[in-house]
Amino acid sequence: MMPVRSWGRLSAEPHQVTFLNDPSRVSAHMAASALPGIAHGMGRSYGDVCLNPHGALWVTTGLDHLIAFDEETGVLTCEAGVLLKDIQRLMIPRGWILPVTPGTQLATVGGAIANDVHSKNHHALGTFGDHVAGLTLLRTDGTEIQCGPDHQADWFAATVGGLGLTGVIVKADIRLRRVSGPWLETETIAYHNLDAFFALADGSEAGWEHTVSWIDCMSGARGRGLFMRGNPVSIAHRPSPTPRKRAMPVEPPVSLVNGLSLRAFNTAYYNLKRWQAGWALTHYEPFFYPLDGLLDWNRMYGPKGFYQYQCVVSRAAGKDAVSAMLREIARSGEGSFLAVLKTFGNREAPGLLSFARPGVTLALDFPNNGEATHRLFARLDAIVREAGGRLYPAKDARMPKDLFERGYPRLGDFLKFRDPGISSGLSRRLMGS
Amino acid sequence: MTNRKKIVIIGATSAIAEHCARLWLVKEAADIVLVGRERPRIERVATDLKVRSPQSAITVMESGFLEPDAILKTVTDIVASGPVDIALIAHGSLPEQAECQANLETCRAALDVNGVSPVLFAEAFAQAMEKAGRGTIAVIGSVAGDRGRRSNYVYGAAKGLVTRYVQGLQHRFAGKAVKAVLIKPGPTDTPMTAHLKFNGAKLAPVDDVARQIVDGIAAGKPVIYAPGKWWLIMMIIRHLPAFIFNKMNI
Repeated sequence: MMPVRSWGRLSAEPHQVTFLNDPSRVSAHMAASALPGIAHGMGRSYGDVCLNPHGALWVTTGLDHLIAFDEETGVLTCEAGVLLKDIQRLMIPRGWILPVTPGTQLATVGGAIANDVHSKNHHALGTFGDHVAGLTLLRTDGTEIQCGPDHQADWFAATVGGLGLTGVIVKADIRLRRVSGPWLETETIAYHNLDAFFALADGSEAGWEHTVSWIDCMSGARGRGLFMRGNPVSIAHRPSPTPRKRAMPVEPPVSLVNGLSLRAFNTAYYNLKRWQAGWALTHYEPFFYPLDGLLDWNRMYGPKGFYQYQCVVSRAAGKDAVSAMLREIARSGEGSFLAVLKTFGNREAPGLLSFARPGVTLALDFPNNGEATHRLFARLDAIVREAGGRLYPAKDARMPKDLFERGYPRLGDFLKFRDPGISSGLSRRLMGS
Repeated sequence: MTNRKKIVIIGATSAIAEHCARLWLVKEAADIVLVGRERPRIERVATDLKVRSPQSAITVMESGFLEPDAILKTVTDIVASGPVDIALIAHGSLPEQAECQANLETCRAALDVNGVSPVLFAEAFAQAMEKAGRGTIAVIGSVAGDRGRRSNYVYGAAKGLVTRYVQGLQHRFAGKAVKAVLIKPGPTDTPMTAHLKFNGAKLAPVDDVARQIVDGIAAGKPVIYAPGKWWLIMMIIRHLPAFIFNKMNI
């Protein structure tokens, strides 16, 4: 048994860890597990969706080989432990890009499918699962299931966004997209209230592939922030910037993020960036993965770790709900400068438990301050519940079971596809097993 | 076509070697020969490299690693199709020290695969490259070979053999166009060490280590510590007086 943490560093419970390095032996490893297990890639999920305390963890990062690439169709076949970064770095110079990636490229293909992650371009291209042409799933009883949007579609719908609970994804076919190069034309615009945010978001959907915003979570119900939008752009012979690698060298004894530092930082950041707002040419790495530049940034929250709270609510309820949440957060003094507000496009995601849906999503980090943090979460939950919204399992370590059940009405259909030999901290917490 | 580099990797399923191959082939197409003990496992590496570099020619060869005849035949077959630019000798396995102490067979197997076998491969390439008048032999040793330590001295002794051997080879080829390179990776994040990472060990990312090896070979360095800080660490460890060293639990 080894202690394993997820990205939020809230716990370090013992796990029986097995490394799935050889694709031909994955079934044997799963069968040899005396305890129920769960696939674990880079452990970039914030909560317990990738953990299985006192159970087995099947680590997939050794399944990191590419299998085929079709230059005509752009379909890349690879093992499930391949990093998104590996694909981007290899394929972008060849004129192909992953259509959808989350805010870190240090995640695996399997994890991106199991959490059906989204990007800043949801309104244009949907979720990661929308670009999976097929996948191979291994069940603990030894069966292998090949599924895709048009074959064994029920298994596919259960596995995309299925939180790793339908089997271990070992292989996938991903449809890449043509891209002219690594550069984006970007524009940053300050907004000083939520009406302005929504106007920018709606006004940008048609002409911009990527939209996102940083929101000052201390600004209260009015909501101020910086809206960023971007489009890929073709620029010949501009050298890529040298990637800078910095790491959070130590774990500070207490969180560096607290009420005092937060207000000061947010005010400074908002005002500085407001003056720098405007057009820029931005490389895809800092635009899509701004936090990957600081390795182990999750340590800045200190030894108690942190939560991320990410919800989506419908557009009809969106403005009032976001406004109410911001009011609660500002009043509590909890929160972090890592706060994102973004609209989702008007499209349904492919998975039974996919998170993304039409509406607006708010995502915030919160240092773990124990009871105070949980009291705030209860108030935010009430707002999300009232608005008919849902929380994102990939980020979650604490949502109430009723909120999960209400947020995911197709849960009943999903449960039929679960693998009885697979269990995670999250599945025991929210699905009873 | 013959302008392309010819690169041979012995122990092609080693994660460090595989990442070197990825870097070499993504930089420019090459003719690469992957040698290993089990064909399906090498095929997996070859398939991956083919996707990364469709223009490269990738050959897979199965070979015994311990028998001198098998080693000589493998190398002879490889050089028959043209001179080799880089031979990266990368195979090995990390044995449990306690098992080596408890079982002489395990001990000998560890010495053979990590020490004797790489030397025999290097010697076979040395003959061929001497004849061709060019080529680089790069052998993966280890920082463990710099000083015997109780936690892994059998592995360390085998890697120490490699260290002395490459030194001798460098002396033999001094002033000639054939080069011998000794690579000493520190603890690296690979499947071989995956269990250490979850126990909290600090491991260098394998692509960083591979990058330093590829750059070091291109720059003609005789010894490559990867990451570079291990040069300093091992210099200190090598020079610690025994009365201090023996008290350390390393």
